[in-house]
Amino acid sequence: MTIENKSFQWIINIIMMAIAIACLIPFSLLIMSSISSEASIIQNGYTFFPEEFSMKAYGYLWTHWSELGRAYGITVFITVVGTAASLAITSMLAYPISRSDLPLKNLFAFLVFFTLLFNGGLVPTYLIYTQVFHLKNTIWALLIPGLLMNGFNVLLVRTFFMTSIPPALIEAASIDGAGEIKIFYRIVLPLSLPIMATIGLFAAILYWNDWFNGLTYVTDSKYFSIQTILNKMMTDIQFLTSNSNIAGSSATSEIAEIPSTSVRMAIAVIGVLPILIAYPFFQKYFIKGITIGAVK
Amino acid sequence: MMSHLAQTAPLAKTSQETNIKKKQGLKKLKRYLPLFLLMIPGLVYLIINNYLPLFGMVIAFKDINYSKGIFGSDWIGLKNFEFLFRSSDAFIITRNTLLYNGAFIIINTVIAVAIAIILNDIKNKFLSRFYQSVIVLPYLISMVVVGYLAFSVFSIDSGLMNKTILPMLGMKDISWYTEPQYWPYILTIVHAWNGAGFLCVIYLASIISIDPEYYEAATLDGASKWQQVRAITIPLITPVITMMTLLAIGRIFYSDFGLFYQVPMNSGALADTTNVIDTYVFRGLMVLGDIGMSSAAGVYQSIVGFVLVIVSNYIVRKVNRENALF
Repeated sequence: MTIENKSFQWIINIIMMAIAIACLIPFSLLIMSSISSEASIIQNGYTFFPEEFSMKAYGYLWTHWSELGRAYGITVFITVVGTAASLAITSMLAYPISRSDLPLKNLFAFLVFFTLLFNGGLVPTYLIYTQVFHLKNTIWALLIPGLLMNGFNVLLVRTFFMTSIPPALIEAASIDGAGEIKIFYRIVLPLSLPIMATIGLFAAILYWNDWFNGLTYVTDSKYFSIQTILNKMMTDIQFLTSNSNIAGSSATSEIAEIPSTSVRMAIAVIGVLPILIAYPFFQKYFIKGITIGAVK
Repeated sequence: MMSHLAQTAPLAKTSQETNIKKKQGLKKLKRYLPLFLLMIPGLVYLIINNYLPLFGMVIAFKDINYSKGIFGSDWIGLKNFEFLFRSSDAFIITRNTLLYNGAFIIINTVIAVAIAIILNDIKNKFLSRFYQSVIVLPYLISMVVVGYLAFSVFSIDSGLMNKTILPMLGMKDISWYTEPQYWPYILTIVHAWNGAGFLCVIYLASIISIDPEYYEAATLDGASKWQQVRAITIPLITPVITMMTLLAIGRIFYSDFGLFYQVPMNSGALADTTNVIDTYVFRGLMVLGDIGMSSAAGVYQSIVGFVLVIVSNYIVRKVNRENALF
């Protein structure tokens, strides 16, 4: 019996190990390719075991550190500001509609809910943001469209407020003379840290990974986030060189020398590495967040 | 905790009710004014991001003219829709959207449930947690990066497929990014790699909540692992599977734009096999500047999508009222 169990454990662990490797192996191909020499890529393609190592791709990216650094700055900025703003307006809308005594509560809840069922789609959204609010090529374009708040999170937070914060607590604070705003940020918010952390983590991931707003609303390289640069370099590997201020002739000679096949991998490594490094520290909350979202 | 809530809640309610009765309209407004103020930023955002575009859908029925503005352009009735549905595009993008998403729903559900069942049997808690965090990692990566990962495998000149795997099998190079017949499989695999782990964590949570006594009793009766899975695990998580699947069917008209835009690298030769409604609308708007056609496709998507959500939710309600969205 125990021997049977032991071998069963071995079998399922081997299966899971194989699945885990399948999940991770593309990343190792990416990293190994980025440190392969051009010659060995031309010879053997992208492989896990390159014949010859070379840091030339990173050397090339290093010569463009100011553009890449700037893009990282933009990414960090929109992630921090976007997440903070998102948490603020989500909780500020969710709290009043969680209060059973609020007049017109159902109307407001419906306004939030309806956005989950029906949306205008890309074309009108794009036209409203560009023609009415003139968001194109501003930092707002990376922060606002689609990402700032979503109805699902509002309802999630509202449910948390309704089920985890005893109405008697709010009542008691009110009798003690605390105003509504004070009750909200001194009592309700501190008691809601778990849900706030979950929503905040997912908002941060959304902002960090967003390339859609960059693709749709930004053409000015001043506002390119790291994801937008990745997106541009996917189709135009010379993007960094042709987009920099280097004078004509030296730019063309530089283009000729770009180790383009390995640079393509190196830029993706630059884009994904921070997430891979940070992931072990927040994976626990990420997994917990997935199940919270699923049960609404 | 729960019993404490149950005791205090009715008390609070009655005292609130008497409170409200005492106060008159103006006083009531004054009391709730701070709460209304709190809602303003969120409501303004909903108006800008969701409700204005909703009214903006009228452009599908107009001949857009920027100098006259969105709402000032001339009405042309259903002309845009006539063009859209007369072209072969409408059929192709609808077919692709439904077939891809339909396949994704089935395949990812099967993979996710299978992995969740295996994971649940892993005794070593540390390893179990390790597997979980590894299988959801692909979900965390942006689709642009996924596009790069796919490129490292399928690149025509230097990809792992053409340079290592196909030569090992003694096969000739394949020009992946110009040969459409492979893409339904490639996109399905990439999507499973990207999203199955996420679903798996959800199913694992529902398997973990099954009472262990069922399994203990079954083991005593001499049931094998496979019999336990078939007779206990699967039936008990079927409501969750049904619900997740119906919700996914409700969203079947919407695709993962990044998957269909980034992974085929926007290759024109693959257009007919990789174009879905979302990419069609995007290209119509951003590349071709054909606002009439793309807005008509967008309205088509919104309306059919809305009907599907309502219908699938109606069915969820029939199955299990608690799991319904509304």
